[in-house]
Amino acid sequence: MRQIIKKTASLIITLFIVSLLAFLAFQIIPGDPTTKILGTSASPEKVAALRTQLGLDRPVWERYIDWLVSFLKGDFGTSYNYMRPVRSLLADKLPVTVLLTVMSFAITAAAAIPLGIVLGSIRNALADHLTMILDQIIMAVPPFFFGIIACYLFGIVLKWFLPGGYVPLSASIPGCLSYLLLPALSLALPRIAMTVRMLRGSIRHELTQNYVLTAQSRGMPLRAILIRHVMRNAMIPVVTFLAVSAAEIMTGTIIIEQVFTIPGIGRLLVSSIGNRDFPVVQAIVVILAAWIMIVNFIADLLNHWMDPRMRSE
Amino acid sequence: MKNRYLLTGGILSTLVTSVIVTGYFWTPYSTTAMNAREKMQPPSLSHWFGTDNFGRDVFSRVMQGAGCSFLIAVLVVLIGCFAGVVIGSLCGYFGGTADLILMRICDTITAFPAILLALVIISIAGSSVSNIVLALGILFIPSFARVVRTQYAGIRDLNYIKAARLEGVSVPRILYAHILPNTLPVLVPAMTIGFNNAVLAEASMSFLGIGIQPPMASLGSMLKDSQNYLTSAPWYALGAGFSIVLLILSFSLLSEGIQVSRNE
Amino acid sequence: MRKRIAVLLTSLALSCALGAGPGATAVMAEETKNASSGNAELVVGLSQDLDNSLDPYQITAAGTREVLFNVFEGLVKPDTDGNFVDAVASEHSVSDDGITYTFTLRDGVKFHNGETVSADDVLYSFETCAATTTNTAVAGALSDIQDVTSSGNEITITLKEKNSSFLSTVSSVSIVPADYADQATAPVGTGPFRFESYSPQDKVVFVRNDDYYAGAPALSKVTCRIFEDANALYTSLDAGALDMALHMSLDQVNSLSNGYDVIEGEMNLVQALYLNNGKAPFDDERVRQALCYAIDIDSILELTEDGHGAKLGSSVYPSFTKYFDESLVGAYPYDPAKAAELLDEAGASGLSFTIKVPSNYTPHVDTASVIVEMLSAAGINASIQKVEWSTWLNDVYQGRDFEATVIGFDAAYLSADALLQRWVSTDSSNMINYSNKDYDAAIEKAQHATDDEEQVAAYKEAEKILSDTAANVYIQDLADFVVLNPKFTGYEFYPLYASDFSKIRPV
Repeated sequence: MRQIIKKTASLIITLFIVSLLAFLAFQIIPGDPTTKILGTSASPEKVAALRTQLGLDRPVWERYIDWLVSFLKGDFGTSYNYMRPVRSLLADKLPVTVLLTVMSFAITAAAAIPLGIVLGSIRNALADHLTMILDQIIMAVPPFFFGIIACYLFGIVLKWFLPGGYVPLSASIPGCLSYLLLPALSLALPRIAMTVRMLRGSIRHELTQNYVLTAQSRGMPLRAILIRHVMRNAMIPVVTFLAVSAAEIMTGTIIIEQVFTIPGIGRLLVSSIGNRDFPVVQAIVVILAAWIMIVNFIADLLNHWMDPRMRSE
Repeated sequence: MKNRYLLTGGILSTLVTSVIVTGYFWTPYSTTAMNAREKMQPPSLSHWFGTDNFGRDVFSRVMQGAGCSFLIAVLVVLIGCFAGVVIGSLCGYFGGTADLILMRICDTITAFPAILLALVIISIAGSSVSNIVLALGILFIPSFARVVRTQYAGIRDLNYIKAARLEGVSVPRILYAHILPNTLPVLVPAMTIGFNNAVLAEASMSFLGIGIQPPMASLGSMLKDSQNYLTSAPWYALGAGFSIVLLILSFSLLSEGIQVSRNE
Repeated sequence: MRKRIAVLLTSLALSCALGAGPGATAVMAEETKNASSGNAELVVGLSQDLDNSLDPYQITAAGTREVLFNVFEGLVKPDTDGNFVDAVASEHSVSDDGITYTFTLRDGVKFHNGETVSADDVLYSFETCAATTTNTAVAGALSDIQDVTSSGNEITITLKEKNSSFLSTVSSVSIVPADYADQATAPVGTGPFRFESYSPQDKVVFVRNDDYYAGAPALSKVTCRIFEDANALYTSLDAGALDMALHMSLDQVNSLSNGYDVIEGEMNLVQALYLNNGKAPFDDERVRQALCYAIDIDSILELTEDGHGAKLGSSVYPSFTKYFDESLVGAYPYDPAKAAELLDEAGASGLSFTIKVPSNYTPHVDTASVIVEMLSAAGINASIQKVEWSTWLNDVYQGRDFEATVIGFDAAYLSADALLQRWVSTDSSNMINYSNKDYDAAIEKAQHATDDEEQVAAYKEAEKILSDTAANVYIQDLADFVVLNPKFTGYEFYPLYASDFSKIRPV
């Protein structure tokens, strides 16, 4: 319990620092929201007027405190560039990214765990080498390269899929899911390869432990040992790794959303940085950071729960 | 001879490295000279990977681009590893408030969107290879620091270290002569993974448009440029894309091989 | 000058053999392909997001102006030949002294919100536009109005002094309903299409204005999908998810495998290597001229567009036939020896400079790449610095902190002023710090010319000064390719940045 309180406190502090850093970053990079909004029609007077209108003429710290106070109250502010509440922008885009992340994570877990177990428990030199090499190759393919090739192959050559034809969830649930399948797969593939490799190694390692030999010498069938003892121990590092994967998949969506033209928060983040749209960037940065940290936190908890040695610590 | 990974990885990475090193001094064609009559030529004996939209030889550009990606990745890993070892060793060995603060900073960097951080550094310092290296290097410190810290925290209470302390061995000596070699089995694979991630990170940055300046190229920026020509000149994108795959694959096979031979 | 050639490309044929699969295709098909007459829907790909405000007076990006061309109209509007035809007005006349303009309001023109356009709306529009427009040139022209009055459905505009290009200003005052407060997010105009919805980074939807005075357009709905990434847009187009895409490059068009029609026109941009005339070494005319001689424009055209695109000699593009001076095109033939000589003379041999280019505009980055390569052959060491669009606006356009840049300027409305006014020494958007008294005088003369001929002559004089002093290295008006699904036809180019969906119809 104390652990949880301590972790939560450190999470909040880190989020605070992250938001402060993002804010400061905007003081450093050239250009402000007026630059993009006024474009080539900017004149010094117009820039000044718009800065006043957007409240950019106030001191830096004052703006940050204002933002922080209203953020804590649940008011994320108004986007400079889209002139609508950040909340409503996120309400459209966050579910898309979450859905993509969840799908990708589900694919990773559903494919990697059974594969890893099977490969870990059988002993066949050929299968071993093949999967090992396949693993290495898949891990070496950047997700966006896979995405580009997939768009070309399935979109242009095979016509199974319409790149850039994103279907919103509200319009058609199967349509949306099938559109997100390839992007989810692009993100999942390297994660699957890594997880399989890890789980396989982990099971192999457990199988050489004394307790397995003891159980075997007592005449317990290998399958029973696997299920009852080995799996539990072998899964410990894998669960942690999967949690980290959940975080990395979410950040990976930033590029994949560009490749597949998915209107999620990754694309919104990239364009909002370009637009110097501070309220939007700030909200997304906090969301992403919170997600990464919560997921890591859950991984820690799971570790404690699964590993008796950690519990006593 | 049993260790096929070491063999394959060794051969592949030697090949890749020698092509890259050659590329620093010599390429079959100029990497910048343009030629309207040679635009978009398919692969042939004279142009192994074909030519691009400016009539430049793709193979020559891949050689140079891979060199650029390789150089960036190696430097990024060195920066990340060096700073990670310094921070991780101090944090792990001494613990305390400094450890707490430094690890919090590492958390913050990890949780901060990499693209924003990279953009900040590049817009302050300008877009050049050294600044890309700097930006990515900083991003890579936390993962090394964390690995090293865990190792040091585990090793510091072992008897041989205690003994060294009692004998009055200086702290730097304990840190880097006694403990560091024992972290290598963990540090070396971390460096290979770091190398792979650095190649990918540089490619991703170029892909988002913040990275290498033309006419120089990295594999990532070539892949970005070539996307338009997938139907008409697939060799361009495939040449760049599979070079990334080969670059990463050769070094991870090598590292795999080293680990396997260590375990045997 | 404008080419209107429809190029039919042979389909690569490998696509059809493999058959269509289930899933996404079926769902999208409903949205895309519904080309039965009377109910045809068009899906267009846009390569950039819309402006933050859709208020016609607040628009700054050419890409936004281009699509909202379908929503808003002035009393008069430009046609495809660059003439002004009656729109919200049914007729217009100009007094002999050129001071008084009279417009008769067309009967029963309705706004998209159902209200009928009244003379009050017109007065309101002129007033609001003059007070709020982001377009400095339009604001300047409107400030020369003595007064705007109405009686019945007749609107009379009296000018302080004669302005022979005043109709172009009238065309850029979109007529909007008086006191309607939501133009920024839900624009209401009188055009052939009604704005339906906009979802940032996703799409903007227009539906047919059934009450349109010139007859409802053939398309019932136009969905513009926003890509922000030229490669993703292109892939989507080639896969058939889009019916139409604007501003494609030649390379993209050549790579297209889906058998769509390709229509060629020009971008209506002045693409140049813009030089900071206020900064050494480009404050020396000889250095600028040397660059003009050292850059082989034909070669650039050949490398970037297989020779398509139109050469320029000054800050006016060819489809502006009235003002374009063809004799300036060859003013600086490719002559590296002469370039070296001029540089020597100016004490600037071994010249080295940086070209800042916005990274999101591939054609400009490509042109810059070719220039760098070409200059290196002439012993000039130029390097490229790709910057984000916001950084470009901030540093180059507003901060004027640059040596050279490659960019294209378009005309916000149909007058040479829209292109030439910016180089007047005191103009706030004179990013190259061009300062030439003769030029300023020529523009001044043109703006207050009493007849058309005199005005054209003055503008041409100004263009010649830009060319003689080598203000910039003028390169080209890029070729513009529109790709259209063969199920549709009727796309036409305008001499300004506009895409008219009302002319498009199913075959």
